[in-house]
Amino acid sequence: MGKARPAAARKRGAVAPAGAQGGRARPNPNPFEVKVNRQKFPVLGRKARHAVGQPGVSRARAVHKRTQTLLKEYKERDKSNVFTDKRYGEYSSTMSPEEKMMKRFALEQQRQHEKKSIYNLNEDEELTHYGQSLADIEKHNDIVDSDSDTEERGTLSAELTAAHFGGGGGLLHKKTPQQQGEEGGKPRSRRELIEELIAKSKQEKRERQAQREGALELTEKLDQDWKEIQTLLAHRTPKSENKDKKERPKPDAYDMMVRELGFEMKAQPSDRMKSEEELAKEEQERLQQLEAARLRRMHGEDEGSEARKPKHLSADDLNDGFVLDKDDRRLLSYMDGKMSIEEEQSREAGDGESEEEQGEDLSEEDPENSSDPDGHSDLESDMDSEEDCGWPSGEPRQAPGEGTTSIGHRAREAARNQLPYTFAAPESYEELKSLLSGRTREEQLVVVERIQTCNHPSLAVGNKAKLEKLFGFLLEYIGDLATDDPPNLQVIDKLVVQLYNLCQMFPDSASDSIKFVLRDAMHEMEGAVEARGRAAFPGLDVLVYLKIAGMLFPTSDLRHPVVTPALVCMSQLLTKCPVLSLQDVVKGLFVCCVFLDYVSLSRRFIPELVNFLLGILYIASPNKRGRSYTLVHPFRASGKNSELLVVSDEEDKATWQRRGLSLHWACGLKAQNKTEANHTRLSCLAVCLALVKGCAQFYSSLPSFYAIVRPLRALLMEHLAGRGHPPELQELCQSALANLEEPEPRCRPLVCAKSKPEPLKLFTPRLVKVLEFGRKQGSSKEEQERRRLIHKHKREFKGAVREIRRDNQFLARMQLSETLERDAERKRKVKQLFNSLATQEGEWKALKRKKFKK
Amino acid sequence: MVLGAAAERALWLGDHSVCLYGQHLVKLCHTFPSWVVSVLGSVSVLGDRSCPGGRRFFLPTPGQCPWQGGSGGESWAGADLGLPAGSQGATRKYKVWMRHRYRSCLNRLQELLVHPSFEVKELALSTFMKFVQLEGAHPLEKPKWDGYYLFPRQLLKAVVEGLLSPEDDCSLLLARFREYLEHDDIRYHTMQAATDTVGRVTDRHPEVPLTFWNNAFTLLSSVSLPRQERGISSFYVKHGELPRTWKVVHLKEHRKAFQGMWLGFLKHKLPLSLYKKVLVIMHDSILPHLAQPSLMIDFLTRAYDVGGAISLLALNGLFILIHQHNLEYPDFYRKLYGLLDPSVFHVKYRARFFHLADLFLSSSHLPAYLVAAFAKRLSRLALTAPPEALLMVLPFICDLLRRHPACRVLVHRPLGPELDADPYDPEEEDPAKSRALESSLWELQALQRHYHPEVSQAASVINQALSVPEVSIAPLLELTAFEVFERDLKKKGQGSVPLEFIPARGLLGQQDDFCAQHFTLS
Repeated sequence: MGKARPAAARKRGAVAPAGAQGGRARPNPNPFEVKVNRQKFPVLGRKARHAVGQPGVSRARAVHKRTQTLLKEYKERDKSNVFTDKRYGEYSSTMSPEEKMMKRFALEQQRQHEKKSIYNLNEDEELTHYGQSLADIEKHNDIVDSDSDTEERGTLSAELTAAHFGGGGGLLHKKTPQQQGEEGGKPRSRRELIEELIAKSKQEKRERQAQREGALELTEKLDQDWKEIQTLLAHRTPKSENKDKKERPKPDAYDMMVRELGFEMKAQPSDRMKSEEELAKEEQERLQQLEAARLRRMHGEDEGSEARKPKHLSADDLNDGFVLDKDDRRLLSYMDGKMSIEEEQSREAGDGESEEEQGEDLSEEDPENSSDPDGHSDLESDMDSEEDCGWPSGEPRQAPGEGTTSIGHRAREAARNQLPYTFAAPESYEELKSLLSGRTREEQLVVVERIQTCNHPSLAVGNKAKLEKLFGFLLEYIGDLATDDPPNLQVIDKLVVQLYNLCQMFPDSASDSIKFVLRDAMHEMEGAVEARGRAAFPGLDVLVYLKIAGMLFPTSDLRHPVVTPALVCMSQLLTKCPVLSLQDVVKGLFVCCVFLDYVSLSRRFIPELVNFLLGILYIASPNKRGRSYTLVHPFRASGKNSELLVVSDEEDKATWQRRGLSLHWACGLKAQNKTEANHTRLSCLAVCLALVKGCAQFYSSLPSFYAIVRPLRALLMEHLAGRGHPPELQELCQSALANLEEPEPRCRPLVCAKSKPEPLKLFTPRLVKVLEFGRKQGSSKEEQERRRLIHKHKREFKGAVREIRRDNQFLARMQLSETLERDAERKRKVKQLFNSLATQEGEWKALKRKKFKK
Repeated sequence: MVLGAAAERALWLGDHSVCLYGQHLVKLCHTFPSWVVSVLGSVSVLGDRSCPGGRRFFLPTPGQCPWQGGSGGESWAGADLGLPAGSQGATRKYKVWMRHRYRSCLNRLQELLVHPSFEVKELALSTFMKFVQLEGAHPLEKPKWDGYYLFPRQLLKAVVEGLLSPEDDCSLLLARFREYLEHDDIRYHTMQAATDTVGRVTDRHPEVPLTFWNNAFTLLSSVSLPRQERGISSFYVKHGELPRTWKVVHLKEHRKAFQGMWLGFLKHKLPLSLYKKVLVIMHDSILPHLAQPSLMIDFLTRAYDVGGAISLLALNGLFILIHQHNLEYPDFYRKLYGLLDPSVFHVKYRARFFHLADLFLSSSHLPAYLVAAFAKRLSRLALTAPPEALLMVLPFICDLLRRHPACRVLVHRPLGPELDADPYDPEEEDPAKSRALESSLWELQALQRHYHPEVSQAASVINQALSVPEVSIAPLLELTAFEVFERDLKKKGQGSVPLEFIPARGLLGQQDDFCAQHFTLS
């Protein structure tokens, strides 16, 4: 019993002192009641919460409270009847007595009112709104008159307010001069004025009402007219839109029609086709933006700066690197005067040619797909499905991602008759292979295209994963094609476009796949290197992968998750694989070309490339005598391969014509005769010289260009001196040499950037955060919270125990006083009895004495 | 008896069945060691009577065994069993015959050691070693005095000779033989026998075949001495106690034998591949065990002068001699400077070389011109290095500059005049005359444009003033390209992967790139 009540009592007690302190402002309490807890040391920053206390007052308060609660209960302990005061607000402490009275009076009134009508069954109270029956208003269900209503309700007419302002006093004074002219200076009484005013406002009201009724009638009429016309419209509307969609019979035409019309209206603004110039301009803007992003990545400025883009540029900030694209964006929106979102959408939907990279966004933003395919409205879903999957029954729709190369188009036209239209996305590589094997080049392309179209990510949930897998399978397929004998390079050439499109859709999974094949190639090479110290040049597939990686990803980035490993891979190819045959030379040169293409924008320096070209030049040089250069690893100065590219047949030299090297050479194509081999050798040399020239152009700005190309120059001199080459090669040699001989820029000594001077060590005191006293420190947050709760519980528990003890004491005191009282009463009564008895006795004795006296 | 006869017959059989019989015999030897012992015992002079019980155990009925009896006057068998004196002559005769059989058996086994079949060879070897053990326990001759050390040296020598065959590659057999080298006595006598054999073979042949050198090296390199004296206790031939007078028990003698063996081997003109092999194990398995390591100086100097990778490898041994044995080596740094050529970044021993170079150049007492020449040379060579080597050599160069503040002018010369050409002379062999101090490390500036981001980052360190603490290159020494590749693969970029925005038009679609210009698809 004690537990709940003391808690409640304490709670109330906690409120009471606050009220006591705040409410009763006692500036100087009785000094004899104040108890001061003296502090031994004053501590800064510590709050002294119990410095001054009033034990007498608080004890009195506690006793008072107990008498109110505990004592009452104690006294009623044996009683089963309870007296409850049900008067309104009797126990509410927040209401003042006046309020209570008011409320009670109001309630009583209400009760009386209810009582009056409770037996009046016939009463049909009509609800009104501004004098009109609500039932009438509901009938029309119109919202037309809301405007006038608000006007009337919200703002009073100026005249009225002016008249009433100041208690109507102004009415008298102001109106007087006006009406003097009219009524000949006869002042009207205030009462007259007010009556006039009322009459006027009533008239206004009537007029408005009449107006509204007229409008209502008109609306009604319009509705009827519409119903008549509607039937005509219902036949005409579909006709006007026949081009877009087919008519279908609708049982409940009107609702459909209304909604459809609303839908059409909304969609209309994006329908305008863009003019050629606008498209071109947009394309240019986009390319500019992309180029700017590429340059930033190339310089590595994006690294780590993504998160902290300058939010605020101060007035004297000279760093203007990021202003550029902001300007672009503003320009774009300004030039077209349209919403930028709209533009993007229309671009995505409308452009077929070069907007493939937006395909990724298509799934989310494409307007035709944005309305969810499984919507409730059968109309919408019908339209959607018709648009998205319509082509299997009719025309093969052009996928948004496919390139509009004429070959592909023609191929589709031709192959349409034989090929099925839908393909399930292959689940394994074998499946894809079985789909593609035995088909012609064009058919294979169409198949891949159709797989992509049928499984567009916007069509079903799982399609994204399927297409991601398709990328990996296609890559594998390309690898297989490249390792075939002879390699099917033409198909690869076309499939690359598909790969590019898929990559634009799923960059992450595509990069993973490319990384996977690169890692495979590297693993193989690593194994060979560890086993034998060198590795053979890998097959054409790896070279093709490297080339593809360069086409799918920007090669000029400072750091790129795919391109950087690919660069390392090529570096390995050029350093670890010895050149043993003509095939190796071709492969090596191809790798060199790819390598140089990778850095063609960033102009980065590749030592391996220079080394390799040096080696190629060396094995092509007929007479080696110079010792001013040293060959590096994969090449040896002597050995059976040191004259691999030397052509000694004069006739072959004479008949040689410069042509592009065939990639078939890289995969085991054997020369039919010696002449062909010799021609290939010369072509290799020509490629090598062209690469040397390219290197020279790229690296001429490097600080130690002279030292880098010194061995190349020496070898070229030898080549020239030998005069053993066909004239065209000689020319090439000359021009390469001329590029290498560019005058060396003056060497400026290196200077470090000035570092900031280190500040002097200062002896300022170390500032340590002052933590709260008394709090347990050095633990985790949870632990602290737990401790706090334990502490709180302990204190509460102690408090409760104390309260119970005090309650008991109080009760005991009460019982004691009761007992004492009872005893005293009894004593008193006994005394009284004795008194009366004594009196009686006395009287009796007196009587007796009287008798005796008598 | 039947077994004995069969075995002996087998040894004399022709080649066609030797394989079969050989295996058979060797198996016999292993399954019936008692028989072998009895054969040996019959032909040996048994001076000691310490193990008669053991011998008798092998003999079912002493009376039936005709080979019993001693050649000496006091034949225990005869005396004990009370045989007639006339039988002594017969016994002796039998023993002599038996000893002949044993000898011829050994000869036959030696021939089997070079048999084409490896199983035969291996079994022959193990039989040989069994004989060695048994003959060691029961010597053929009488010890000259009590506690005289007897070991079947001739037998072991025959084994070693068989192993060091000039014709066949015995590496497998040698691997098998390595097990026996665990035993100290075998190892000691093998070392002696090997020294002899190498000397003899090189005397005999004017042109020693490569296989012999390889065999010899395999044998020699499999000898490893214990580090401590008390390690010498495991003997193949069991002895009761080991008197201190025996040479075999002293590590010093072992070391002497070891040194003699290696010096005898290395004084010949070795093929180059062998040089490499020897030098690879030189510093940790040869030099510490030599009695007098400074004797190796001739060999090391010769190797250092060979050039190329061999010089790099010789550095390690030389370093130990210079560092621990107070060797004075003139022009050491000049030669080290000469060793730096583009191939150091491509050879297998790159990590070892740069570890040593780091050690050699860590002294702060080196003159500035020398360190500058090294730094300049290395950065010049770095222009031809693959990325994994660059990642190691760039911090190396920066460390050099940090250690020698006088060389910082190479990267920081604020008031220097503008030059027409690099004053550094790469052809000059003397670092003092290379004028490296007048130059600057423009090569590192060029490498800041390297295609690999980490390399360009490492090269960009010189743009700022060099920080004080050195960067240890130890973890970078063993870095391989494959590790670099894996690291790049695992690195996660922020956000999604950037994509190329120029659409692909085919494998060789871009007109302006090199591939499209120089290659065709058909």
